Amino acid sequence: MAKYKMHILVCGGTGCKASNSGGIAKRFEEVLKERGLEDVQVITTGCFGFCEKGPIVKILPDNTFYVEVKESDVETIIEEHIVKGRKVTKLLFTDPKSEKHIEDSKHMGFYKKQMRIALRNCGFIDPENIDEAIARDAYAALGQVLNHMTPESTIEEVKKSGLRGRGGGGFPTGLKWFFASKNKADQKYVVCNADEGDPGAFMDRSILEGDPHSVLEAMAICGYCIGADKGLIYIRAEYPLAIERLKIAIKQAREYGLLGSDIMGSGFNFDIELRYGAGAFVCGEETALIHSMEGERGEPTVKPPFPAEKGYMGKPTNVNNVETFANIPPIILKGAEWFSSIGTEKSKGTKVFALAGKVNNVGLIEVPMGITLREVIFEIGGGIKGGKAFKAVQTGGPSGGCLTAKHLDTPIDYDNLIAAGSMMGSGGMIVMDEDNCMVSIAKFYLDFTVEESCGKCTPCRVGNKRLYELLDKITKGKGTMEDIDQLKNLANVIKDTALCGLGQTAPNPVLSTIDNFYDEYVAHVKDKKCPSGECKALLNYVINPDKCIGCTACARVCPVGAITGTVKKPHVIDQSKCIKCGACMEKCKFNAISKM
Amino acid sequence: MSKIKSLADLKKMSSEFKSKVDLREKGDTIDKLVQIKVAMATCGIASGAKEVMDFFIDELDKNGISGVVTQTGCMGYCYAEPTIEVTVPGKDPIVFGYVNIDKAREILDKYIKNGELVEGIIPVNYETVDK
Repeated sequence: MAKYKMHILVCGGTGCKASNSGGIAKRFEEVLKERGLEDVQVITTGCFGFCEKGPIVKILPDNTFYVEVKESDVETIIEEHIVKGRKVTKLLFTDPKSEKHIEDSKHMGFYKKQMRIALRNCGFIDPENIDEAIARDAYAALGQVLNHMTPESTIEEVKKSGLRGRGGGGFPTGLKWFFASKNKADQKYVVCNADEGDPGAFMDRSILEGDPHSVLEAMAICGYCIGADKGLIYIRAEYPLAIERLKIAIKQAREYGLLGSDIMGSGFNFDIELRYGAGAFVCGEETALIHSMEGERGEPTVKPPFPAEKGYMGKPTNVNNVETFANIPPIILKGAEWFSSIGTEKSKGTKVFALAGKVNNVGLIEVPMGITLREVIFEIGGGIKGGKAFKAVQTGGPSGGCLTAKHLDTPIDYDNLIAAGSMMGSGGMIVMDEDNCMVSIAKFYLDFTVEESCGKCTPCRVGNKRLYELLDKITKGKGTMEDIDQLKNLANVIKDTALCGLGQTAPNPVLSTIDNFYDEYVAHVKDKKCPSGECKALLNYVINPDKCIGCTACARVCPVGAITGTVKKPHVIDQSKCIKCGACMEKCKFNAISKM
Repeated sequence: MSKIKSLADLKKMSSEFKSKVDLREKGDTIDKLVQIKVAMATCGIASGAKEVMDFFIDELDKNGISGVVTQTGCMGYCYAEPTIEVTVPGKDPIVFGYVNIDKAREILDKYIKNGELVEGIIPVNYETVDK
């Protein structure tokens, strides 16, 4: 094999692919070939996490990190960096605070505080090449378990590690395996829940796209522990790239005999198949997921019986989330003690978060449990966009709640988030600034759950719809103080009575915003004002007659002809015609128009 | 593609494949490795810098020294090409001039392996702006 002097890693995650990273990788190959540079290798990897500035190209061994690369930049990179050894300054990441170019990823604030366990191979290996995964010890944990450990001792190791379910609930993984292993049956199943549904969350997708073998390996380990020889991955059909890479990974693992019968001469058989979901949020709930796989409607059923007793096809089934599985091989290889030394007392290891919203560095991050929100938002995230003020961060998606400035220094773990009125969830983290209206945020999430409710139980089907209507009324300035009380009461009833996790947690965004931003609700009801200016119904654009010089620019730009006045005389806005588009305010050069 | 029949097979394969990702792993721990920068501007290449670079890549590997060889632009010592800068972990970078293959072997055997200085050092007459 020819020895490569340099590696060019091109991000092949969905985000960067959407901005033509595929074309960039192809162009690199072409230009290298044209110039006869055979000692440089181009590798398409999984997600680097720094999606804000994609497409990403990383050059090794010098760790140069190029951002927002275009196909037309490829020749410059090859000419300057690869041939002449000079970094292409204009493509380097610029630190927003110091405004300096940062040459390599080690000096980027985004990566400094991260610790990568589940994402260890994302952005490092070519996910479509099993050899690279094996070079990074893929399947070594499976080999060790099959050769040197019993199912009992393996479960014990997972228990001792303190790993908890990364899909949201935080149930101890080792215990879950233990229950499934205890139930006797002729057939058992291991299921991987890849039905990632929280708005803005893409942790699982990135793991499957960047390092599919870690999940396959962990499922086989789980199969060995609970006595199952069949694994199923339930993945939503909206993840075509993840599905494609999983298929390739399964095929390659079968060819090497790492899936199939008599794996590594141990006599243990295990194989994995894919099952596609149509992307319903409720199918992330394990009983609904199982029904969907069976070909039934994706509706939850009452637990018990838990899937560990009666799951897929009525057989004992263990369901874990993608990220949970991705943590298993390192736990086996490095030991439970190593894993449990990371994190807080009751939450061990790391957590992957999809950082989104009004933050400078949108992307995928993996941080040790116990890190504070302040570190995540201001150091890794690079602060709030446009220098605005931080208001809140929503964690746990539609099931979670919001955390405010007073929680900035709370260490993030399962229990602290619940105590603060939110939850870990699957890891979506949406940052909001002063321009976000919290009543509208609650309404946004309720809109989502109303849409996604399967309709089986009344509290969720009808109750959440009523919650939505009340919120809608308040954002339109028609709410009363009784409505706020009614919201709270109804929310608590739904929490207590809904059938599954979706319904029980759907009112959380409402309760949490009322708790933390009660004044904002009151402002909507009593003063008929939206303090952030997001609720259009409560917003008036007015012209200050002292500042208006009568240039007529606003009247000309108004799409509905709501502004009248004579030239060189102050203009006025007819509030009954105004649609609050804000075009006039943008156009005015004299700051004469303001929101009230 | 042959089947992996045992854990020993897997381990053997893993170490065979290591070289594929080796360069990337080195990138992660670059501070702990011997770094050699070869000046590869026009003057450097014309004086044989490419051969020197290939020599170091092969020899580090043969001698089991974990190091990284990268190319850099003109260092400004055009009279002394090929020039290289060697950084041994924990020590200041040293620039050597007139590095042909023989000199390269001497630098490898004496300086990199044993820490002995050899002739041909270009004294540092500039400061590097720290990033």
